Parts: sequence; structure tokens; C-alpha cells
Amino acid sequence: MGASSLIVLIIAAIAFSGIAILVARFVLKPTTNKQKGEPYECGIPTQGETWIQLNVGYYLFALLFLIFDVELVFLYPWAVVAKNVGWVAFIEIVIFFFILFMGFLYAHKKGALKWM
Amino acid sequence: MWSFSGISNSIHEWLSQTFNPTLTIIIEMVIAGVAVIGLFAGLGLVLVIMERKVSAWMQIRLGPNRVGPKGMFQSLADTLKLLVKEGLTPTGADKLLFNLAPFIAMIVAMLLMAPIAFAKDFQLWDLNIGVLYVSAISSMMVISILMAGWASNNKYSLMGAMRSGAQIVSYELSAGLSVLSIVVLTGSLRVSDIIQSQADGWWIFKGHIPAVIAFVTFIIAVTAETNRAPFDLAEAESELTAGFHTEYSGMKFALFFLAEYVNVFIVCAIGATLFLGGWMPFHIGHWAGFNHVMDYIPSSLWFFGKTFFLIFVIMWFRWTFPRLRIDQLLNLEWKYLLPISMVNLLLVTAMAILKWHF
Repeated sequence: MGASSLIVLIIAAIAFSGIAILVARFVLKPTTNKQKGEPYECGIPTQGETWIQLNVGYYLFALLFLIFDVELVFLYPWAVVAKNVGWVAFIEIVIFFFILFMGFLYAHKKGALKWM
Repeated sequence: MWSFSGISNSIHEWLSQTFNPTLTIIIEMVIAGVAVIGLFAGLGLVLVIMERKVSAWMQIRLGPNRVGPKGMFQSLADTLKLLVKEGLTPTGADKLLFNLAPFIAMIVAMLLMAPIAFAKDFQLWDLNIGVLYVSAISSMMVISILMAGWASNNKYSLMGAMRSGAQIVSYELSAGLSVLSIVVLTGSLRVSDIIQSQADGWWIFKGHIPAVIAFVTFIIAVTAETNRAPFDLAEAESELTAGFHTEYSGMKFALFFLAEYVNVFIVCAIGATLFLGGWMPFHIGHWAGFNHVMDYIPSSLWFFGKTFFLIFVIMWFRWTFPRLRIDQLLNLEWKYLLPISMVNLLLVTAMAILKWHF
């Protein structure tokens, strides 16, 4: 069907979820209750703010991911032609991986992969 | 012989004879949309009952057995029940993001359907960067999870979403690298080319041990990417209630659930396409007679058989391995899987250049 299938799929997804939620809204009668809107934290009233800063461990992994994900995008065009180009492509990718691996080792030595 | 491509071609011919070209395209779009929605809902129902039956079988109990024959209509009854449940929004929540998140999850799961070849010549969009498209779209899955966890104004949800974010982005790397090893062997990103290159044997057999390593890495990585046990830290019920969808109820919860199951189906379909030949029947080299006999089994049956086998394997994982801790999970990816898949990619490249594969 070509690129128009993307539009069809997006519209289908929105229509499917929209109709499901709307039907559910019309079927039932909502009741109100003082405690209904409280966040569910196993029955105990919630303490303090929720939207706080979280452990930096997650942040470091996101940074590392960024480096490797960009590398992965560079690899896609290489992978398509690697077989035809031959050994030149292999040596190039070894150099590329070597530089990347040095960066990875640096991050490892700095303790970015250690869970805090 | 009966086939999906035959049906779609005859519908196309009949429409183009009956209506003018514009109307034909519009009607075809509507048919495609309805078919995809039907497939989506059907997959959700089938996979939920399969999950429950498989886990019952693994634990030597009966599982759902009241609604319909052998409990086969249980998931349908559950859907009806969810339909009459109220979709709550917590008072402190970010209402826009909270209601938007299930839509994003559904759109991402639906968009992933585009390049999957369900049967011979039966594919929505055979785009020339099919594999890249899949990895690009599937990495958007994490946005809906982070959105849902953040907007819920619940500490468990936020913790679950953050864990899930760290986990999904980490495991995407080794999944991508193992996909790349097949791209190196094939020399094309187009899904139909990848399937066609397996006409004389699937890559898992043709590619020797490096292909097997890539396949195992891929299965582990996609299990983590779809937040399935033993990597289900995002919704670890013993520590985080239900993780990022703690606050969701009714149909919005059902949409998250559906999107999760469809994502499992899609990653298994991609795995089956890349390593097990997609709709390609089991062929051995130049054994013309044997290959001809195998061709009699319809291609759609091959595709769904392989995909459901992989889904079964992923369900098997759930009852075999205990849940990992978050630091163990990230160690597994960054210290083992990522170096292994990088070295493996080099091996595959050397093999492809030397033409050691069959």
C-alpha cells in the first residue's frame, strides 16, 4: 500500500483507542467519592512530593545509551554495503569499534556502569 | 490455492472494476484499517488466553476453564468487564499526559505492523529501510511508558517508568546489533529481500554459530524491551504494585495491556522474519523435491507458526527464570550482552566477506 499505510495505521490506532475509551465512558455512571482521586500507594496516604529528582544512575545510563545509539545508526548504511566492499569495510569497522570501546572502557573506569 | 495475496488481489481487481480510482484507494484504506484493528483485537484476545493457559500448564493447574469450552472465551469476558469499569484519573495527575499515554502506546504498536510480512506478497508497506523503521519506531515505545509513569503522580509509577526507561534503551543496543548481523549477511534492509535471501535455508542454519549467538541475544534483548518477565522490573508487582500503570483502570489499562501483548507479537514476528525465514517454508539447499513438498504448507501458516513458537519461548522464560534486580539487569546488558554482540557482529562480517555461510 505504500506510505499511505502509515496514515491508515495512525488513524486506526486513534479510532480504536478513542472508541474503546468513549464507549466505556458512556456505558457507566461515574460515582464521586473523596478518596477516589488519591494516588494508590497500597492504602497508606501518600507522603510528600512525587515529582522529585531521582537517582542519577538512570541518567548516566541514558547518556551512555545516546553514544551507542548514534553509533548504531552509523552502522546501518555500513551493514548494507559491507559484503560488497569486502575487507576494507571490515578494517574500518574494527577501527570504529576500537575507538568506541575505548570510550566504553573510560566510562567503565570512571564508574558509570556501577549501580549507586 | 487459497492465499492471502490471492484474496487481496481479487478484492483489488473487483474494486477497481466497480469504482473509480480515487474511491478504490479510499475503500482499500478503510478495509486495511478495519483488518488491522481486527487483527489487533484478535491478537490481544488470543495472546491473553495463551499466556494464561501456558502458565497454567507450566504450573500443573487448569487455568481459566469456566467461560466457554475449556475457558476459551475468558479473555472476551475480561474485555467486557474492563469496558464497564470506570477509567479513573487521579486528582494530582497531569491530565493531558495521563490520557495521552495509552494513545501513544497504541499508535506505536500499530505503526510497527506496517513492514511485517504476514504471508507471501502480503505486507502493508514493503519499504526499503524496513528493519531500520522497526527499530526506530519501537524505540518510541519508551515515551508512552515514561509519560504514563510521570503523569500518574504516584511514586511507584514514577520508579517503574524510570526503571523501564533505563532498561528499554539499554537492551535496544544489543537487539539492534543482532539485527545488524543479519543485515550484513543479506546486504539489504528491505523485509522482502531478507525473506527472499532465506529461500535456500533460514539464517539460523545458514549462518553457523554467529547467527545462533545473534538469535539468542536478540531473544533476550526483546524480552527485556517488551518488559516481560524475568525483566519485568517496570511492573514488578511485589515491589512496585503495578509499576507505570498502577493508576490506570478500565479501558485505558486495557489499551496498555493490549499494546504490550501486540508488541510481544511484533518482536517475535521480526525475530521469525530475520532468523527463521518469515513466511519462507523450511527449505534445504537444492533438495528440490523436499522443498516442493514444504511449499504445499501455506506461507501464512509458516509465519504464524514460527511467531507463536517464539511467543511460547518468551512465555516459557517467565516461569523459568526469577526476576533480576535492576543493577544485575543493567550489568547483564552493558558488561555481557553488548560486548558479545559487538564481537559477534565482527565475526558475522568476516564470515560474510569470506562467504563461509551456505
